[in-house]
Amino acid sequence: MRHIISILVENEAGALSRISGLFSARGYNIESLTVAPTEDASMSRMTIVTSGSDDVVEQITKQLNKLIEVVKVVDLSEAEHIERELMLIKVRAGSKEREDMKRMADIFRGRIIDVSDNTYTIELTGDGHKLDAFIHALDPGSIVETVRTGASGIGRGNRVLRV
Amino acid sequence: MDRVKTRTLSGAEIVIRCLQEEVVEYVFGYPGGAVLFIYDELFKQDKVKHVLVRHEQGAVHAADGYSRSSQKVGVALVTSGPGVTNAVTGIATAYMDSIPMVVISGQVPTKAIGLDAFQECDAVGITRPIVKHNMLVKDVRELASAFKKAFHIATTGRPGPVVIDIPKDVTQAECEFDYPDTVSMRSYNPVRKGHAGQIKKAVQLLLEAKRPLVYSGGGVVLSDSSSQLTSLVKTLGFPCTNTLMGLGAYPGNDPQFLGMLGMHGTYEANMAMQHCDVLLAIGARFDDRVIGDPANFAQNPRKIIHVDIDPSSISKRVKVDVPIVGNIPDVLDEVLKLLKDAQPQAIDAWWKQIGEWRARNCLKYDRSSKIIKPQFVLEKLYEVTGGDAFVTSDVGQHQMWAAQFYKFDQPRRWINSGGLGTMGFGLPAAMGVQLANPGATVACVTGESSIQMCLQELSTCKQYRLPIKIVNLNNRYMGMVRQWQQFFHGNRYSESYMDALPDFVRLAEAYGHRGVLVEKPADVEPALKEAFARKSELVFLDFLTDQTENVYPMIPGGKGITEIILSEEL
Repeated sequence: MRHIISILVENEAGALSRISGLFSARGYNIESLTVAPTEDASMSRMTIVTSGSDDVVEQITKQLNKLIEVVKVVDLSEAEHIERELMLIKVRAGSKEREDMKRMADIFRGRIIDVSDNTYTIELTGDGHKLDAFIHALDPGSIVETVRTGASGIGRGNRVLRV
Repeated sequence: MDRVKTRTLSGAEIVIRCLQEEVVEYVFGYPGGAVLFIYDELFKQDKVKHVLVRHEQGAVHAADGYSRSSQKVGVALVTSGPGVTNAVTGIATAYMDSIPMVVISGQVPTKAIGLDAFQECDAVGITRPIVKHNMLVKDVRELASAFKKAFHIATTGRPGPVVIDIPKDVTQAECEFDYPDTVSMRSYNPVRKGHAGQIKKAVQLLLEAKRPLVYSGGGVVLSDSSSQLTSLVKTLGFPCTNTLMGLGAYPGNDPQFLGMLGMHGTYEANMAMQHCDVLLAIGARFDDRVIGDPANFAQNPRKIIHVDIDPSSISKRVKVDVPIVGNIPDVLDEVLKLLKDAQPQAIDAWWKQIGEWRARNCLKYDRSSKIIKPQFVLEKLYEVTGGDAFVTSDVGQHQMWAAQFYKFDQPRRWINSGGLGTMGFGLPAAMGVQLANPGATVACVTGESSIQMCLQELSTCKQYRLPIKIVNLNNRYMGMVRQWQQFFHGNRYSESYMDALPDFVRLAEAYGHRGVLVEKPADVEPALKEAFARKSELVFLDFLTDQTENVYPMIPGGKGITEIILSEEL
């Protein structure tokens, strides 16, 4: 089953490789991983999307907690939460495709953030399914380049992860 | 105006001052370019003594043996590059057995890091998966707090090795020295007390048990809770078994002790493990060498209580009914309080069953053999040393026989690499044991293959006059490899035979020690007696033992407890 794990970690050199190293050493999956400092610059917040049985995910959270620099770990998918991912996608947009491509971006509430003679770069935010759906809605030949951040997640309502 | 002028210290001086603050008695190490300033400061003082090994692996194993036998932190000091890569096996060994240790490694100057400098390697990267924590200290002002943290992390919670990597320029740079009194880390606060509700539930289960078993491991030794374990087992009147790492935590001669369990554990301990209805696991981790196949283990229903300081050890291989995360002595004290006026079930039928299993006499071997049986050497070693020696071992058949036949009555007397299974551990570990316990009897039980892996340390033993007794069970085979090849690979002894073995007697003599060759069973006891009477000399006893002897019982790798193989003697 897919799980989305949120981690608060000391913003120290090597903390990221400690965490990614743990996943590879113990044979856990990483579907995506995002990380950036929080409002408190001494700490980073990481979101890891992984998959595994309940036993495996229990071990993952326990092993993460064991790392000295990890402050807190929560499995967001245990309860109500929101996920968002950002995609930048560069598509062919010559004179023929320009109108269609603009309409498609609008339907998905994407924004065109860069324009050249023959391309658009579209910014699109949503959960992973929405981004997948956009890619599938396009003619594969029209996609020049995609870059996705991987999911970031946060608990709903009063469910918070902080020190 | 007050003019209190604090003298600034160099990074190298700070390293030594930190070790002094931590009351470190011995540092095991080997000098090199990146640590020259540290060695220079070592030279200028005499509080911290340095033990010069012959290879960095030996330094780390010695620090490890020192720690295991003394409750203190082992400290090793190595240089950058090959110094630290040589230390890796030692660090991994300590990590697998949760030994509190601080390893200081030199690093190339900060400006040279990442430029493929001479003797550069990414020490923090290489050791990351085999340490409890590690750090590269790039600023001399952070050095003192790094040491404080390192010792704190190594010794608290589930212990383990910590590596501090220090670039050469940091050892030269200067700053004021102020060793912190305390450490506070928001990300690291190991628990102590167990959950009161869980402890109550556990006690309830223990009192209802009809076929109970106490199964304890290295955690009891490491947390120094052997007295609590013993009173618990005595209070309850339950049978007790120890893992390889847990031997000595419960007196090996006590009638309630079933011996070691696991792959080469006793028949009675393994059968009790499989058939008990309530299992109290303390500081043990149900690893593959203990229960074999978890599916086979799960075939018999039982309630499991698991006490451990590391939550990730709980429900890792086996589902646990009552998990108790906490410091073992704290938890056991609570359990003992609740048991004060309680009355456990009568378990006579269970003891009767255990008696029948015991009657199989699973450690029986041929005592009339004309060739020296390795088991016989260990029985005699036990007798000659009065059961009072510190015994280190290497890895293989001799290790299992030592675990089976030397009845450890006290914790921290049995020093072996259980988790990583590191051949070459025994001799350097014995050096650390001897330094931690001057005057004590120290035996290194080894084999002709293992001993050659860190043989160079015979030279260190000479330099520091360490009167270790090396008990070499020489069967001219990598015995355990040969045994597996006999059982599982159609007697094809692929590369498990060592041709061109050295003459160990002359080898020991070349290093300035005494060597003795023992070829006949009748000579075993006199040779041991004579060797152990030589209190100030290292004696290398080379016993030529039966080449075909196997370790029994044996649960084949990956199989279940019920598939145990017993000796053909039975």
